[in-house]
Amino acid sequence: MSTKEVKVYSTPGCPWCRRAKRFLEDNGITYQDFNVAEDSAAREEMINKCYQLAVPTICIDGEVIVGFNEAVLKEKLGL
Amino acid sequence: MIIIGAGPAGMTAAVYAARKRIDTLLLSKELGGQPLTTTGIENYMGYQYIEGPELMQKFEEQVAQFPLEQRMGQGVVALSRLDAGFEVRADQGESYQGKAVIIATGKRPRPLNVPGEEGLRGRGVTYCAICDGPLFASMKVAVIGGGNSALEAADDMVKIAEHVYLVSLTPLTGDQILTDRVRDASNLSLFLEHEVVEIDGSSRVEAIKIRDLKTGEVKRLEVGGIFVEIGLIPNSELVNGLAHLNSIGEIEVNCANETNIPGLFAAGDVTNVPEKQIVVAAGEGAKAALRAHRYLQRL
Repeated sequence: MSTKEVKVYSTPGCPWCRRAKRFLEDNGITYQDFNVAEDSAAREEMINKCYQLAVPTICIDGEVIVGFNEAVLKEKLGL
Repeated sequence: MIIIGAGPAGMTAAVYAARKRIDTLLLSKELGGQPLTTTGIENYMGYQYIEGPELMQKFEEQVAQFPLEQRMGQGVVALSRLDAGFEVRADQGESYQGKAVIIATGKRPRPLNVPGEEGLRGRGVTYCAICDGPLFASMKVAVIGGGNSALEAADDMVKIAEHVYLVSLTPLTGDQILTDRVRDASNLSLFLEHEVVEIDGSSRVEAIKIRDLKTGEVKRLEVGGIFVEIGLIPNSELVNGLAHLNSIGEIEVNCANETNIPGLFAAGDVTNVPEKQIVVAAGEGAKAALRAHRYLQRL
């Protein structure tokens, strides 16, 4: 079981966000989901800490991954 | 057999191949393809209305009913001919061999190819308005393009952005209803017959420079986001130098989905088939798999 802190910044209309979240769920990974379309504090955090203006932005223990890339997620999560 | 790409064409080909009991590998960077970024679909028969991602979920479930091997998350970087068949190399180093190959790699958004674009991708430059649009709430943004995708992006953005600049090389070419709606928006400025020359910004987009094609005058517009909606290009690099491509880079196939290379088939938006539609791509995938089956039987 992964004990890493996983944050997903997403928007409701974004298909890759849905895929990314489904991938995490299928692999039993607990994550915090921030809807940056509505949550402006999370949006600021994404922009200022991760320097990203794209979703999904996924932070794993502070490391930033942009977009849904299954291979990279597997590697970072040790799956 | 190897099917490269898992959009409507690739997934349909996979179902037909599996039902013909062809030993099949479905290889793709992602499942779903372009319909993932389509909202409402009202012209895929059997569904009066369905969202793109939901339709692709159904395709995916249907593929999963059949015993065939799937490798997702793998982009294909090279395709070469062997004495008997083909070798496919994926971006993580794996290689696979097949007696026949179906290319169903679709299309991707066309980039502007201007200075600043590549470095600011994901930092204000976006190709997915439906995904990233909400991030630009209360900012000034530019939408580039004059067709339906650009007009839809502009129509969405006038509701959330402070101001929208719509920049098009040509007069607007999209549907009249969308054109009217965009022209009526109070927070939108139109720059027709203007080209993008540069995108400015250090860690994120700060401005865009555009040139008036008639006068040559260059303007600098301060924006936080740039939505690039200038059409699509085929993902056909894989067969460049192997199969014939047409002048816009689409793989040339005959009406049976055969390329000029025996055993190499192609289907869907990556090909020269007229009309890029989900229902067309699915049908083309079926045709390609059936013809590939016949080809394999004759070997």
